[in-house]
Amino acid sequence: MNPFNHDVTAPDAPLLNVQVDGEWMQFPKGLNVIEVARRVGKFVPHYCYHPKLSIPGNCRMCLIELGTPKLDANRKPVLDAGNKPEIAWMPRPQIGCATQISEGMGIRTQSPLVEECRKGVMEFLLINHPLDCPICDQAGECKLQEYSVQYGSEGSRFTDDKVKKPKRVDIGERIVLDDERCIMCSRCIRFSKEMVKDDVLGFIDRGSHTTLAVHPGKRLDNNYSLNTVDICPVGALTSKDFRFQMRVWFLKETKSVCTGCATGCNTLIGSRENLVYRQTPRENEAVNSHWMCDQGRLGFHYIHAPERLLEPVSKVGHGKLPTPWTELIPRLAAQLRELPAGKIAIVASGRMTNEEAFLLSQIRKILGGDAVLSDIVPRKGEADGILRSADLNPNARGLELFGLSNGGQTLGQIRHGIDTGRIEALIVLHENLLGDAGWPLSTVQNVKLLVVQSILACPTSELADYILPGASFAEKRGSMINGNGRLQRLNKAISIPGQALDDWQILLQLKAALGGGNGLHTIEEVFKAMTEATPALSGLSLSRIGDLGVDLKNLPATAAK
Amino acid sequence: MPITERRLIFKNIDQPGYAIDIDCYLRHDGYKDLKKALTMKGPDIVAEVKTSGLRGRGGAGFPCGVKWGFIDPTKNTKPVYLICNADESEPGTFKDRQIIYKDPHQMLEGMIIACYANNVHLAYIYIRGEFTLGAKILEKAIAEAKAKNYLGKNICGTGYDLEIYVHRGAGAYICGEETGLIESLEGKRAYPRIKPPYFPAVLGLYMCPTIVNNVETLCNIKHIVAMGGAAYAKIGKPNNTGTRLLCVSGDVEKPGYYEFEVGALTIGQLLNDVCGGIKDGRKLKALIPGGSSAKVMKAGDRYKIKTKKPDGTMEEKEMGLEDIPLDFDTLAAAGSMAGSGGVIVMDETRDMAECLANISTFYAHESCGQCTPCREGSLWMKKITSRIANGKGHPDDVGLLKNVADNIAGRTICAFGEACAWPVQSFVEKFKNEFEAHALGTAKKSTEQKLEAV
Repeated sequence: MNPFNHDVTAPDAPLLNVQVDGEWMQFPKGLNVIEVARRVGKFVPHYCYHPKLSIPGNCRMCLIELGTPKLDANRKPVLDAGNKPEIAWMPRPQIGCATQISEGMGIRTQSPLVEECRKGVMEFLLINHPLDCPICDQAGECKLQEYSVQYGSEGSRFTDDKVKKPKRVDIGERIVLDDERCIMCSRCIRFSKEMVKDDVLGFIDRGSHTTLAVHPGKRLDNNYSLNTVDICPVGALTSKDFRFQMRVWFLKETKSVCTGCATGCNTLIGSRENLVYRQTPRENEAVNSHWMCDQGRLGFHYIHAPERLLEPVSKVGHGKLPTPWTELIPRLAAQLRELPAGKIAIVASGRMTNEEAFLLSQIRKILGGDAVLSDIVPRKGEADGILRSADLNPNARGLELFGLSNGGQTLGQIRHGIDTGRIEALIVLHENLLGDAGWPLSTVQNVKLLVVQSILACPTSELADYILPGASFAEKRGSMINGNGRLQRLNKAISIPGQALDDWQILLQLKAALGGGNGLHTIEEVFKAMTEATPALSGLSLSRIGDLGVDLKNLPATAAK
Repeated sequence: MPITERRLIFKNIDQPGYAIDIDCYLRHDGYKDLKKALTMKGPDIVAEVKTSGLRGRGGAGFPCGVKWGFIDPTKNTKPVYLICNADESEPGTFKDRQIIYKDPHQMLEGMIIACYANNVHLAYIYIRGEFTLGAKILEKAIAEAKAKNYLGKNICGTGYDLEIYVHRGAGAYICGEETGLIESLEGKRAYPRIKPPYFPAVLGLYMCPTIVNNVETLCNIKHIVAMGGAAYAKIGKPNNTGTRLLCVSGDVEKPGYYEFEVGALTIGQLLNDVCGGIKDGRKLKALIPGGSSAKVMKAGDRYKIKTKKPDGTMEEKEMGLEDIPLDFDTLAAAGSMAGSGGVIVMDETRDMAECLANISTFYAHESCGQCTPCREGSLWMKKITSRIANGKGHPDDVGLLKNVADNIAGRTICAFGEACAWPVQSFVEKFKNEFEAHALGTAKKSTEQKLEAV
């Protein structure tokens, strides 16, 4: 996917001897100085360099001292007392990003010259910078701020007028550009061109007046545009969605997974006081590298929508009444128990977690097993060859694993059953039958006992006999299996609003009320029970999934078409 | 001994009746050397150029034969390109322009020979955007040469094919930097490339091996073929062979372009015997020997020059500015450079702060803006020098200016960093008192001229 991978070397790359700050070490061939330093816990500051983009070498922040083995008259390395090559240091500093290591190379990441270079570059970068940190969204995660503190000098020697450039430039649907903050690192230009093949950004004018701009008649509107905000080291590019919403240092960051499609890009959910403010990609080379699409990134706002279902509701006569869980669940269970298996069906969702799917499959077993028809609502999009999958359900594989999904092929049968009056009860989870499933009103109205477990009120929930308010992806811990069979973990960023409950707890209570025994109290216990019952997951635990997920080796082949 | 010019490249230029059409060129033995070259083997011509010791005339003075030697046509699977760098933009330099405008076929002949020697089948002339007439002249010369079969398919019946295209530059000084030039030729902004890895000899035009040579350098190739490398090497001094075109501007009676054997004359001889002395009988104050980016030299200073004697031992001589011979090595040893051959003369009435502000203004305008130190530093230096020249400096400005220049030189992608920093470093070092007086507001204004405030 990435056009460049400067931080990854071939597994069979030979090891080279390199001296880093006086110490001889071995590194695989193909790495540059920044990556070598990173591997030994040394940091070479940089702005323009990005491991996944081409190397322009323009910021000059990564200047280091470099040396090559001193050669004797026969062009053989001269060895020192310790039998190591003596190093001939170059008089001039070199950039670390574009310098690939070679045998016997010497690198100084810390020296008076290197410090002086960094100080000089920092000063140059700041003289025409507006220094408007107090009103800049990047403040708190700004490389200019951070390196200024670490490598810059106190005060300014610049007494002249700064160069004036355009402010608040609307360059795209989701992006605003402040040209005065831009340090011309060209990361955004290279990302758009190399990664998304959408060459819309470039520089105009010259020298200190160099200005980032979109090409005439073009806009930065591609579905990956917000990644430029992430990789912008300063506050030049900001997200219209996030700007001025929250200072980043107040955000709690929770590691999670995007639920926008079957790719399952790893994310950080930025939240404060039970409100999610943003989602940003979290690096995972096995899934999404450093990136995520705009659609997925911004697809979280519904969790704070006014339509959010906040209390359990049951139909009483012709009206609806909020009903405590303790009252609702047994009533629902009693009604379900009265029905023979063939009269009940389930419409589950590819947006449910594995744990929820596992519990639902157990409920199904109690209600009659395979006689209870079950399927999910498929969501098809178009794969874009970058990250977006054609399957827009994040966990269709998981639902398949628990026998709840037939890729949407059983939906017609369920609908027919309802239309003909054979099926009387329908349990719908996180789906709007009148929306995504495209069912007609008459079918849904034909259901005698309609149970809807959902997050948002929708036309289907309006018709429900029981409304079970569940939790959004940001409010729960659990796991999902992405389109490539990788098990990944969601973590709870914010608490569940109102009396809504975590979906697994609703299902667990229903299962208990149906007489399916219990003994499970925590999500970890549910996971354990699930792994014991599911060979493909055996040996795993929620914590063992880790932050980056695991590939499931024994996953049955997907039935998805 | 009177100083006489040795006109090799300028032999026909400005001679009465000498025109730029191919017939006139042929009457003056034109393309004879090409025919000779076509009877030789390419590697033999490269060897002759190596023997000649020819050093590049664009500014860096890199040995031409060595540059060509980086390209091994036998190992190459990619095509080799040759680009004639005709983007003459260094302030104080106007030699290539004379060749292009007055003797275009000489340059073409040299270029065709160079292409033949290096097995090049496609070459470009990257001509400065402002030379609009020059581009037309070259287009016409190419058409004439093609009509006479000195260019195109099967040149002179030898089976050798070569096409040359003229590409007009984008109106920027940086387009003369060879990798910036290549980027510009590829249709992009002339952002110089990082080296390593993008050395033109390896990853040049369209990522193919590429030779970039200056106009004057390519003309010399013709003469090297004519007389042989060894004979050429006898002109001038060892390691400083051939002739050099000198462009003299500033405060002399007779500014203009001249051609001499390299090192055959001293700065004093050039100013006094050739250029008729300093204007209006005034005294020399300072001189820039190789285009505005070369370090300034101060009259009255004593220079300790180390030279290599024929037996290989080093010898140190002390000499005044006027005694310094104009060759690559001596000027380098004196702390400046022969550069592009643009000699800029400043007399005693010149305000050094104003001169430097002028130069810094040029470089601030021409910085491409790609890398941080040059982009930000060049404009900052312009602001400081202008403010000093306008009598609005601060006492700390002199030290600040020097430090800003120090933070640029050696830290940039291309040599522009040095080009803008060296004048500042040298002016401030050599004329510190003058700058300090300005900065403290005690300087006497020498002229009524005021620089535009920034």
